Amino acid sequence: MASSMLSLASTSPSSSLSLSDNWKVKTKIGGFGNAFVKTKSFGRTTMAVALNVSRFEGITMAPPDPILGVSEAFRADTNDLKLNLGVGAYRTEELQPYVLNVVKKAENLMLERGENKEYLPIEGLAAFNNVTAQLLFGADNPVIQQGKVATVQGLSGTGSLRLAAALIERYFPGAKVLISSPTWGNHKNIFNDARVPWSEYRYYDPKTVGLDFNGMIDDIKAAPEGSFILLHGCAHNPTGIDPTLEQWEKIADVIQEKNHIPFFDVAYQGFASGSLDEDAASVRLFAARGMELLVAQSYSKNLGLYAERIGAINVVCSSSDAAARVKSQLKRIARPMYSNPPVHGARIVANIVGDPALFKEWKDEMELMAGRIKGVRQKLFNSLSAKDKSGKDWSFILKQIGMFSFTGLNKSQSDNMTNKWHVYMTKDGRISLAGLSLAKCEYLADAIIDSYHNVS
Amino acid sequence: MASRAILQSRQGISVISGARWMSSWWKNVEPAPKDPILGVTEAFLADPSPNKVNVGVGAYRDDNGKPVVLACVREAERRIAGNMKMEYLPMGGSVKMVEETLKLAYGENSDLLKDKRIAAVQALSGTGACRLFADYQKRFKPESQIYIPVPTWANHHNIWRDAQVPQRTFHYYHPATRGLDFASLMDDIKNAPNGSFFLLHACAHNPTGVDPSEEQWREISHQFKVKGHFAFFDMAYQGFASGDPERDAKAIRIFLEDGHLIGCAQSYAKNMGLYGQRVGCLSVVCEDEKQAVAVKSQLQQLARPMYSNPPVHGALIVSTILGDPELKNLWLKEVKMMADRIIGMRIALRENLEKLGSPLSWEHITNQIGMFCYSGMTPEQVDRLASNFHIYMTRNGRISMAGVTTGNVGYLANAIHEVTKSV
Repeated sequence: MASSMLSLASTSPSSSLSLSDNWKVKTKIGGFGNAFVKTKSFGRTTMAVALNVSRFEGITMAPPDPILGVSEAFRADTNDLKLNLGVGAYRTEELQPYVLNVVKKAENLMLERGENKEYLPIEGLAAFNNVTAQLLFGADNPVIQQGKVATVQGLSGTGSLRLAAALIERYFPGAKVLISSPTWGNHKNIFNDARVPWSEYRYYDPKTVGLDFNGMIDDIKAAPEGSFILLHGCAHNPTGIDPTLEQWEKIADVIQEKNHIPFFDVAYQGFASGSLDEDAASVRLFAARGMELLVAQSYSKNLGLYAERIGAINVVCSSSDAAARVKSQLKRIARPMYSNPPVHGARIVANIVGDPALFKEWKDEMELMAGRIKGVRQKLFNSLSAKDKSGKDWSFILKQIGMFSFTGLNKSQSDNMTNKWHVYMTKDGRISLAGLSLAKCEYLADAIIDSYHNVS
Repeated sequence: MASRAILQSRQGISVISGARWMSSWWKNVEPAPKDPILGVTEAFLADPSPNKVNVGVGAYRDDNGKPVVLACVREAERRIAGNMKMEYLPMGGSVKMVEETLKLAYGENSDLLKDKRIAAVQALSGTGACRLFADYQKRFKPESQIYIPVPTWANHHNIWRDAQVPQRTFHYYHPATRGLDFASLMDDIKNAPNGSFFLLHACAHNPTGVDPSEEQWREISHQFKVKGHFAFFDMAYQGFASGDPERDAKAIRIFLEDGHLIGCAQSYAKNMGLYGQRVGCLSVVCEDEKQAVAVKSQLQQLARPMYSNPPVHGALIVSTILGDPELKNLWLKEVKMMADRIIGMRIALRENLEKLGSPLSWEHITNQIGMFCYSGMTPEQVDRLASNFHIYMTRNGRISMAGVTTGNVGYLANAIHEVTKSV
């Protein structure tokens, strides 16, 4: 038997291909059963052989991602008037992607230096980890001076959140994460895949198109002691609604009261107000109280480094010893995920933030980008107020902050925006102002007014 | 206000009004053990001795012991610098890079490519590709296990464990011969339940450097068909083993010829020297295009909550090189050069040991292939190499030949001889 099996195996490629074609029987084996079937004899030997039936026969198509899927749909649209207000990627007034000048300078510096491409350590580039923590907390912050922050480079915001989620799952089994209602769509996916249970706290109040502060406080209070509270550091995504400093103080109070752990997602530092320091105020407020906290950062938007996947997870601990231990465990989670993080984006950030001249240039560019968005908000508000005769209050557009605006449009109305007006946005009514130009504000106002009033 | 009054923390310690001292949430977090491979480099870096030698991590070094950036990579970077930055790559990564990468593994003229039967996504180098597959396996074949060779790259165990896929092992390395334990390997394949998932190293097995022969691969492939097993190939060294990428893909091509629907992880860390860029690819061969589209969508679904979309820089380098015939030729030359240098060092190390009159057989140094040599030394001997001779390698006795140079091969041979001669 063995020799005939061997000789069958060593037939020339073309003939074995045709043999396997013959073996491709159309019988349904049943989704996940093993593909072990008897075939007919081929004259040499009769034996049971496997078919070309995939083990993954029953796999269905995954739903398109609600955010990234929007851009795909936009690309497929051939209409001239189309407008992409889906994904939060900054565009210039000409609606072109924008590479910051500081980034170009940093990359040229790196090219000249001709640095090598060796593996980073698991925790990432040390220079990057230092500057990113300093940027977030302030270089003279005691938590940094005292070595109480465990910082690990992560794959932008997503990857950093995922590391933290895995840490929670491992060391706080059963602990829940509370996320705002609504929140960035991928938050749920991250905690689901990390097997961390989550529930929502009230956040957005559709009646005021503002913050449901009492609801938020009540829900945080009601959560089991020792829950993780996911907070957006600034420029809440998708609503653009941020608590005031006074409200942050009260949020911190109730979190301390209930022994919860604050968990910040900071994806827009600099993009909210235009000032990097101002946008870090909420995080610094919590750190100043001596609280332990988790903070995920991303440089996708504020440095335009979207595709480089550069961010960090920071864990502020009550001692440097705890920070060292936590860092070691974060590394242990990262190793079987991707071994060590990509170097390119980390070097760009380290070069920019570490050089006073480049850092200043960045701050200036940051102000310009945030300024453009504020300008667009104003124009959109003006257009809506002028065109809409119903007396509806559109001022929430000015009160909201950052890249996004929660229009208050429901799913059908959002669909109308797309189907009738070729305006692409997410179904929760979120528009990305970063994708809007002054020139298109009037058109958008028309679309919003029509969708709001004529569609239910 | 209640929050300002005396509170009981979970540890039963009172917080007095005004004071904000809290005991740490992270009390129960112990320091993680050092990674056995990357920890070696840390120890090496901390050693002040001028004679120190790092033959630990598998990163290529030139004959001066320096990291190398390939000329084709430098040129590619020059071309892409300052170009309009692409924004987020699609979740599946750079389409162009993936296309070129599949050609390398499956063959330029593969029917599978023409028929669009391969579900493939850009991944975070080899680790990321393996992890995505492990998560995918867990989600869609939740009752399955993974058979892993003994020994294997240490991180394989971490990957499938964190993906929560149960692991079993199969025989691979034969300590007595320092070669392949083919008979036991075949037994394990036969005895595994039908339809089992196996992890195979496509070429240049890590850590042993022991690869099946072409004939042996054919037998393995055949037995896999009999048993209906699933073959997942980890190919981290294509080009690095023999110097010829086509030749190094032979095992995969044999399986494909036999009609297997395989999975494959590919990495550009070593063969393009793009270690820190984290560029790789995960592919799964499907029955038809429709299934490939569905499988790809599910792979993306797994990637989205892990990192959303993969990094662009390394992918651009790869697609620039492989998409330009001149650059691609340059790359092929450079890969061959790296492989040849390693083969030369294998010969030199073996000759040196034999010249020293070592009582042991060192044939395996030149029989084994790729970056690593499984020396057969014990952990104690490895420890002595570090403490007495400042030579660093992983405790399983694995020598990264990429760290051996004409400058240190004599010193290395001498040290190995010293710690093994009285065995």
